[in-house]
Amino acid sequence: MKSAVILFPGINRENDMARALKMASGKTPEMIWHTETELPRGLDLIVIPGGFSYGDYLRCGAIAARSPVMRAVAGAAGRGVKVLGVCNGFQILTETGLLPGALMRNAGLRFVCETVELSVENAATFFTSTVKKGDVLPCPVAHHDGNYFADAETIKRLEGEGRVVFRYANGTNPNGSINDIAGIINEAGNVIGMMPHPEDRVEALHGGAECAPLFHSIAGEAVA
Amino acid sequence: MKATVRIMLKTGVLDPQGKAIEHALAALGFSGVGEVRQGKLITLELDETDSDRAREKVREMCEKLLANTVIEDYEIGIGE
Repeated sequence: MKSAVILFPGINRENDMARALKMASGKTPEMIWHTETELPRGLDLIVIPGGFSYGDYLRCGAIAARSPVMRAVAGAAGRGVKVLGVCNGFQILTETGLLPGALMRNAGLRFVCETVELSVENAATFFTSTVKKGDVLPCPVAHHDGNYFADAETIKRLEGEGRVVFRYANGTNPNGSINDIAGIINEAGNVIGMMPHPEDRVEALHGGAECAPLFHSIAGEAVA
Repeated sequence: MKATVRIMLKTGVLDPQGKAIEHALAALGFSGVGEVRQGKLITLELDETDSDRAREKVREMCEKLLANTVIEDYEIGIGE
């Protein structure tokens, strides 16, 4: 699996992400700086990791979404390359328009840093093919703006088309997201965004490796 | 020419920060305050001298960057 991790000033979770990808696939992802206008050839997967790109100025992910590399990412996504955005990466994908909706300030106004329970709602995606629908995985969250919002029509479409991939389960919704939505997929099925950090639950040192299968899904899918 | 952009969450989009301000005002003893909503104000210095062209340029800026029209409305003001 050939993967790339996109870096912006203020991104700080790239090493955890690279480690999780390496553990699952055996290959170290390439790190791509935001000023690049072209991506390496033959990528199977592009990951936009978490952090606080541009200090969350204007809106979380807004400045990063307009950077040169994101035009290349959008082009690759259009050609079917798989894209995963986690936390700030999810915010950047919605700001780019690659995923619908927006991530708003947490309903409780507080930065949340805790472990939630994440239920798998769609096990037919490139990130969930080794888990089962209904599986509940513990997964860390750390964000101030993770309150997923979209208009009623968009929510109805997402739900109707099975495009909610992850939901906060058992009352662990930390941010007020509509329908407990924690992660979604685009219509074409190759772009996923989620607020929780599965890359931080993949080995014993994290307190458990429950989210490691998600990365094995990616590694398996990308070579298939 | 100066331009201002006033950005507010759309009607119907929950504004938890506005709610927090509303509660804080009540806690300070201010009565008779209804719904509070907060937003942001952006001021721009433009080279443009024609106000219609300035407005059109700022509108494009709003659509492309300044506002997220999924959740926000914007209002443009053009001054001297």
